[in-house]
Amino acid sequence: MFAGLTGKIISVLAQAPVPRDLDLPLPIPAADLKILLVITFLAHILFVNLMVGSSVLTVIFEVIGLSSPRYDALAKRIAHTITVNKSLAVVLGVGPLLCISLVYTIHFYSANALTGYAWISVIPLVILAFLAAYLHKYTWDKWTGRYKRMHVGVGLTAAVLFLCIPLIFLSNINLMLFPQQWVEVKGFFSSLRVGNVFPRLFHFLAASIAVTGLFLAGWFGRKSYPLGDNLPEFNHSKLRRLFYRVAFYVTLAQLFFGPLLLFTLPAEGVTGTLLWLILTGAAIAIAFLYLLSREIQADDHAIGNKYVWTVIVFTLVVVAMGTGRHLYRESSLSAHMKLIEDRSDTFHAVELATHMRIDAGLGVGDALGGGPTGESVFRNCAACHAVDRVLAAPSLIEIQSIYKGNPDGIIEWAKAPGKKRPEFAPMPAFAHLDDERLRLVADYMLSATASPDKDEASSEHN
Amino acid sequence: MAVIASIHVFINHAFAVGAYPIVTLMEYRGWKKGDGAWDELAYKVTFALFVVTTTLGALTGVGIWFSAALIAPFGIGSLLRVFFWGWFIEWIVFISEVILIMIYFLSWKRMSASGRKRAHIGIGVILSVFSWLTMAIIVGILGFMMGSGRWPETQSLFSAFFNPIYLPQLAFRTAFAMGVAGLCVWFLIFFFTSKGSGLRHGSVRYVSRWMLVWIIPFVAASVWYWKVVPAAMAANIDVALVTQRFTQWHETLAIIMFCAIGALILVAGAGALKPKLLTSILLFVPLLLGLWLLGHFERVREFVRKPYVIADYMYSNGVRVSELPVLQRDGVLTHATYVNNHTVTSGNQIGAGRDVFVVTCSRCHTTTGINSVVTKFRNLYGEQPWDKNAMGAFIHTMHTSRTFMPPFPGNDKEADALVAYLKQLQVDHEFILAAQNSWTVKPAEVTGATGGP
Ligand code: HEC
Ligand code: HEC
Repeated sequence: MFAGLTGKIISVLAQAPVPRDLDLPLPIPAADLKILLVITFLAHILFVNLMVGSSVLTVIFEVIGLSSPRYDALAKRIAHTITVNKSLAVVLGVGPLLCISLVYTIHFYSANALTGYAWISVIPLVILAFLAAYLHKYTWDKWTGRYKRMHVGVGLTAAVLFLCIPLIFLSNINLMLFPQQWVEVKGFFSSLRVGNVFPRLFHFLAASIAVTGLFLAGWFGRKSYPLGDNLPEFNHSKLRRLFYRVAFYVTLAQLFFGPLLLFTLPAEGVTGTLLWLILTGAAIAIAFLYLLSREIQADDHAIGNKYVWTVIVFTLVVVAMGTGRHLYRESSLSAHMKLIEDRSDTFHAVELATHMRIDAGLGVGDALGGGPTGESVFRNCAACHAVDRVLAAPSLIEIQSIYKGNPDGIIEWAKAPGKKRPEFAPMPAFAHLDDERLRLVADYMLSATASPDKDEASSEHN
Repeated sequence: MAVIASIHVFINHAFAVGAYPIVTLMEYRGWKKGDGAWDELAYKVTFALFVVTTTLGALTGVGIWFSAALIAPFGIGSLLRVFFWGWFIEWIVFISEVILIMIYFLSWKRMSASGRKRAHIGIGVILSVFSWLTMAIIVGILGFMMGSGRWPETQSLFSAFFNPIYLPQLAFRTAFAMGVAGLCVWFLIFFFTSKGSGLRHGSVRYVSRWMLVWIIPFVAASVWYWKVVPAAMAANIDVALVTQRFTQWHETLAIIMFCAIGALILVAGAGALKPKLLTSILLFVPLLLGLWLLGHFERVREFVRKPYVIADYMYSNGVRVSELPVLQRDGVLTHATYVNNHTVTSGNQIGAGRDVFVVTCSRCHTTTGINSVVTKFRNLYGEQPWDKNAMGAFIHTMHTSRTFMPPFPGNDKEADALVAYLKQLQVDHEFILAAQNSWTVKPAEVTGATGGP
């Protein structure tokens, strides 16, 4: 099955643009960077999950709280966790951004460029989302009564913004994998048709809520959490069970979203190893579900005893899926990466050869090669000055009438031009052309006579 | 890009680097004097700093990356490779800074209540140090873009980082941040205290003294920086000339520095002696001057490296200095990726010319929008049909007559094609996407337009 695919990959890639890579070596070996990428990314995504999951759960519980007030108090406490998690999500994101821009420079930047405006709008969107989250948190006890709806609205705004941002990221991460489709993509919305962005989004969203559920089960379930002050109407076991349930049902739903993601994945990058890894991850996920159901059914005094185990097993699932994600990227990009490398190497060789010719004094066909002459230096002036016509400056005829027998005057002027004629823009200074060149051009200017036909002819010829 | 960068630099300087030391000092004073009102004021000011630095501050920092990588992917990509460890350390420091900000603000009430005030003030001190460190690292990277020092020879991080402009720049930014932060905290004090209250006068006087303390370092650093820039430029720009525009910029800088310092002394002096006199309107004057100064100061970077993204290594259009001869011989289209025509033939002049434009000019010029080439050429040659020989000459020598443009990285045929395309633009305006927005072009869309005149 997979051998047949290789041929297909090559033919698909024929349509892909193959840019040259940057000419600087990677600062550390690519393999190390990739490991760093996976690790830093997992750290980042953990807090992103908590940020997105908590803001969704906050809204849900606040809405439930409209009819039963104790859930409003719970929603408020969940909102409090967002403050720290969202800031960590952002700062931890810089590391993987750094790594991915290094190891997949061409692919990542191409995807960014293709989704240009949407990509850059991530920044203002995150700022807005954060401000909305702060507003939501700090007005909780003030916007009550008839302002409550408005308050829920702010929370909802934050949650929706928090959902748009991952979509933009996913569209980029997805688009970079399919260079053969870059030519067809025009902007963010058309990029959503490439690959399988939406199954990825659903999978991510479900994961966010599961992670948050598990986190909150520990956060509120721990004995040191001051329930008395904050949530007098709940007890630790009850809250733990509640959030275990959230994690359980959402993970159950992943049994649908997971395969959906896998089967909508364009087949080019799907390898045997990848399948094994994903299946192993899925098996561990089922073990996780079993563990959770045991916890949920446990007595009030025993619930939470296996919390650490649930976290460990869940971490294993995440590591398996995260590694699978990376493997998929590697296998779908490897052929294209090789093409890029070959092309870059070829160019590099040409560049070296050229420099060897230059160093050996053979030249490269430089128009100004073979030492400066009055005519060659005059190319610096020809953009504006012509013999008997006014282009963007006085003609040479006019200059000759001013500077006849005074080439030094021209040199002085060219080094530091003044401003005489109101009809022209000021002339730029040419102090960087040395005196020898300026003398050549001054003499040339004073001796030149009109021969426009010659110029015309030479450029028509090309 | 410029907007994001300015906001970021301002917030980073005024709110993070300068303001956290001030609130820490205020907290310390409140604690020493047993003055609960001071503590409460410091807390409120910190709340405002907290909201701003964790949203606008943190994200515009990331935003600079996003937009820089869009505008100059090759330049930023290369910078990342040169400066990997710098960025990496910067990242760690940035994480620490944000975590410290959160701890400092979120634990304020709890630690005060439980008698751990001294430890809390300690956190404030560490936070102040980390905010400064973040800036100290960034300045190295910015300075590098401005003049790469000995990097082209040694290719080592160390020499890239400690480029000649590094220390004066850092000194200038530090003193600036401390001074301007005083003004920001001042605003916040006005916001959180009531008019005519003793608390307002006391705290305003306190912050004024802080600013006065920084005046002397500020003056010294300004002079130092001002003196060092031309030398650094002369050493780094290979045409070794100080252009008119630079001279102008340099003179204006001196004037603005002078005014800003003067205004700062006046306001801070008034605040220290007669805090009652001050109204928030009055504060706008030095604040605006400060912003102007900063904007002007930032422009030097943009300005000095104009033909380059990385001095002496890479031009702003992504062409490396060392590949230039290859491109000028073989043609830039031959080696380009996202173009429809790889060679110029008699039949595809206009289409190839458009490709040349996109590859070589479009990162700085549009066809008919901002900094439009059509307008530029019209300014030179007026309304009559432009002279193609003159245009050809301009293109081949554009880096010598306008030193802020890179040399034309193509061969003669391509220059002719570009001229043909530009001449067509003169009569038939067409808006096209720049290289950064259209890395890829759909062949079908362009064939229709390659018919030629
Ligand atoms: C960008 C266009 C441009 C270029 C390139 C240019 N010039 Fe000029 N030049 C002008 C303009 C415009 C004037 C008229 C200035 C005025 O009168 O204010 C001028 C005027 C002059 C004059 C007459 C000064 C006088 O006293 O009236 C001389 C001589 C001259 N240029 C020499 C040169 C030389 C030599 C070069 C090439 C090294 C050169 N120019 C390149 C635009 C240009
Ligand atoms: C690094 C950025 C950059 C690139 C690349 C660039 N230019 Fe420019 N160009 C500038 C700037 C900046 C100006 C000055 C704008 C101003 O003064 O308003 C300028 C000015 C000009 C002018 C007016 C010159 C004069 O004397 O008034 C022309 C014509 C021009 N550019 C053409 C081109 C062409 C053609 C290309 C591509 C081959 C190109 N430029 C590439 C930055 C660039």
